[in-house]
Amino acid sequence: MSVQIEAVRPATARRTPTHNLTRTSGIGLGVTMIWFSLLVLIPLAAVVATAAAGGWDGFWRAITNEQTAAAIRVTVTAAFAVTLVNIVIGTMISWVLVRDRFPGKGLLELVIDIPFALPTIVAGLVLLSLYGNDSPLGLHFANTKWSIYLAFLFVTLPFIVRTVQPVLEELDQEIEEAAASLGASRFTTFRRIILPALVPAIAAGAALSFARAVGEYGSLVLLSGNLPFESEVTSVRILSAIENDNRATAASIATLLLLISLLVIVVLDIVQRRVARRG
Amino acid sequence: MAERHRYPKSPMTYLLRVIVIVYLVLLVVWPVALVVTNTFENGGEALRSIIEDPDMMAALRLTAVAAVVATAINTVFGVSMSLLLVRNEFPGKRVVSSLLDLPLSVSPIVVGLALVLVYGGRNGWLGPTLESWGFQVIFSTPGIIMATAFVSLPLVIREVVPVLEELGIEQEQAAQSLGASGAQTFWRVTLPSIKWAVIYGVVLTLARSLGEFGAVKVVSGNVLGETRTATLAVEEKYLNFDQQGAYAIAFLLASVSVVAILVVFLLRAREDRRERSLS
Repeated sequence: MSVQIEAVRPATARRTPTHNLTRTSGIGLGVTMIWFSLLVLIPLAAVVATAAAGGWDGFWRAITNEQTAAAIRVTVTAAFAVTLVNIVIGTMISWVLVRDRFPGKGLLELVIDIPFALPTIVAGLVLLSLYGNDSPLGLHFANTKWSIYLAFLFVTLPFIVRTVQPVLEELDQEIEEAAASLGASRFTTFRRIILPALVPAIAAGAALSFARAVGEYGSLVLLSGNLPFESEVTSVRILSAIENDNRATAASIATLLLLISLLVIVVLDIVQRRVARRG
Repeated sequence: MAERHRYPKSPMTYLLRVIVIVYLVLLVVWPVALVVTNTFENGGEALRSIIEDPDMMAALRLTAVAAVVATAINTVFGVSMSLLLVRNEFPGKRVVSSLLDLPLSVSPIVVGLALVLVYGGRNGWLGPTLESWGFQVIFSTPGIIMATAFVSLPLVIREVVPVLEELGIEQEQAAQSLGASGAQTFWRVTLPSIKWAVIYGVVLTLARSLGEFGAVKVVSGNVLGETRTATLAVEEKYLNFDQQGAYAIAFLLASVSVVAILVVFLLRAREDRRERSLS
């Protein structure tokens, strides 16, 4: 998101003044950092430390357990596919929200935020009402692997839309008009002028969307049926390890999830930087 | 706004519009509408039975308490952290700033696991010590509050930081040069200017907090009437074939989050209008 802010706001907004810490702000920094460490940093460190305590062998055994490996494969495949879909449909949605005008468009804005605000367990129940066994459409996705794709699409809907939209709003349409007047087709204008400007925002949104999907749990509980090798995701494997009091295994799988999210964030950050430099 | 429509509308515009609307209706609007109709299938019966059930009221109360406390903590933390990040220079600032987004990309189950590993009463890093002081975190309300605060941690910061950056420090400097103390400057100058950003942040945090499920499930122990939150009750009701009950609680939770985003939406629209009339 920080990238998006940089992309939206030109240099003027970025001259953050340099202050030395006064005594009050020093104490403030101390207190906030202690709370942040107690709440976030130490617990996450504990996950990695617990995984490391079992040694490489323990870690490897935990994540290559047949059922766990299958769950990781299912989760990563679905998260990847859904992120690709989001890149296309998310960009389309933000395009319609920014450039198109029709009655009821304001309502669509609201609809985009619903998946973010809705409790995940409710999201599962909501999807079950249309795609479950009493589906009025006759689509029975519940307890199949498609339920995972569906749930991921639902919970990650806002990410790319909300990162691309502000960039698209700030985009200078005069450049597009110039391109058009020089004979560029609408498609060429989109590909050569608009798309490059959107890539950093799309990448940032894609990273958030992927990370969110890989760790998703709540929306799947009622929807996916947690069938091993079919519709069981990584979070469910971690939870069952916790419930069996097998903390080393739980921590190992959790560490892998943290690493996957980190990797995707780093890769997309590199993509962004490269595009930003070229532009 | 008129300049946005120099292009004549092409078939492409209509095609995009239709695709986006159909996608959003199938993924969000229709399923959400079905939850509403399912809840009121037997009139207000389902809702009434929830309100008359003392266990359900206890669950709703616990959810409300945890969400309000977590939101209060995150608001104070978020505003202080944003001020520190934007107004001060300190070593490690960049690292802190990127770590603050971490809670958004960590799986809720991993959040729960992380907290159990540190605050678990039996063999957590700090849990046994805290327990010997008579303070139980895991399987108790403080754990639920911590899990809730963890998952919604960055939301206030993400709203406030860009506004603070844009604001600059001229006004604060003017106030200080006129003899205002640090506290006076904050309450009379800084806070009024970031008021709306803080309000958006609080509403989003509250919506997210009310709906937390995975992390709470791991740390709560789900004891009926004591550590069972509303989201956990939705799962339990559904799995016990009390679909009406599940839909009723889901409806309550969903209406709170929809009202929350509606409030943000209306406030934003008002803000936009004011900005436009000023410029």
